[in-house]
Amino acid sequence: MATMASTAQLIICEHCDCVYQQVVLGKHQKSLCVRCAGVLERYNGLTVEQRLALTITAAMLWLFANFYPIMTISLQGLKNSATLWDSVLALSQGPITFIAMVAAIAIIIAPAFQLMLLIWVLAFALSQRRAPAFKLCMRWLETLRPWSMLEVCLLGAMVAVFKLAGMLAVLPGIGLFALAALSLLLIRIAGRDIRELWALP
Amino acid sequence: MNRTARDHPPTAAELNLCLCHSCGLACDMRDEPHSCPRCDAPLHRRKVNSLARTWAFMLAALVFYIPANLLPVMNTTMLGDGADSTIMSGVLEFWAHGAWDIALIIFIASIAVPGVKFVALSLLLITVQRRSQWACRERSQLYRFVELIGYWSMLDVLVVALVAALVKFQALGDIEPRVGILFFGLVVVFTMLAAMSFDPRLIWQAGPEEAMDEVARH
Repeated sequence: MATMASTAQLIICEHCDCVYQQVVLGKHQKSLCVRCAGVLERYNGLTVEQRLALTITAAMLWLFANFYPIMTISLQGLKNSATLWDSVLALSQGPITFIAMVAAIAIIIAPAFQLMLLIWVLAFALSQRRAPAFKLCMRWLETLRPWSMLEVCLLGAMVAVFKLAGMLAVLPGIGLFALAALSLLLIRIAGRDIRELWALP
Repeated sequence: MNRTARDHPPTAAELNLCLCHSCGLACDMRDEPHSCPRCDAPLHRRKVNSLARTWAFMLAALVFYIPANLLPVMNTTMLGDGADSTIMSGVLEFWAHGAWDIALIIFIASIAVPGVKFVALSLLLITVQRRSQWACRERSQLYRFVELIGYWSMLDVLVVALVAALVKFQALGDIEPRVGILFFGLVVVFTMLAAMSFDPRLIWQAGPEEAMDEVARH
């Protein structure tokens, strides 16, 4: 039977428990489970350097998305703009505070932690080392992933533009463009393929 | 193992392996370790109490789904006239103004997605409990679909948040969130937890023999 060293070469399908030998994937290729057709692995074209560079870019975009208004509206000469944080605060009034917390986690906190953890882990990976608290960081990256909902927020912002455009003048802000770029980047850099880093010594 | 048709690769149970859900390592279970040797996450051959937890989270979500749709999610005041709107009335308003595409997006994300999740999860739970061997592959795909669409229902919560943050012109115009949005958010959170608690490997769990195994291990 397999030892620890050789089990690392095995892939278990998370959807139906079938066991496979790992294969080397080419560009745009993915391996599928023959029994349940679930994806086992996808080709990952990012080196550690590239991923770190993209993560730092994403961190900058996070700052822009959070400190610049998502959009500005004007009504009869009056202007008002809102950032992501303003939106969270708008939910925090009255008995519905709990949902403000969920929204804060989904659109601000989870992405921020994902980016910080990625920068920490990748910066050490650059010199082929495991960062301090590597295991904890990697497990948190897995936990945070489903709760980070920036792409939903992006669609929400676009729906809000249309919703308001009927009543008043709407001007998309820098924050919205940063949000758009950030949500797409985050899908690329914080996906499952970061599990590759477990190969670090 | 007395399986007759060997048309698929060996399973982890047959090789005495276990998948670590956190780092994806195939863990050797000969020494019955309680945690993954690579990332220290707790190891379980199946998600703990998967069926009971999934039912519980889903029923909770189903209960919240009623006030989420009946209670107003926001209040719009324009020039002194206030009006509450529910999710459905928001959809209808877009539809009436000819913005059928936006109406469709909100309808799908807010009403159809949770509905589909309830139906799909119930179907999965019931078929698994009856140890059904019917359409395993398709049910497996259905589960992945439920996982994929899960968080898009958060859309309406974020729309209301943004709109309420923007429209703050006192008497001239003001939009405030209402309690319906809290229930709506809870529906999303609970359906996500339900989908996460469900173990798709149970779909493939054949016959009573393997099931007895399962009971013995816990």
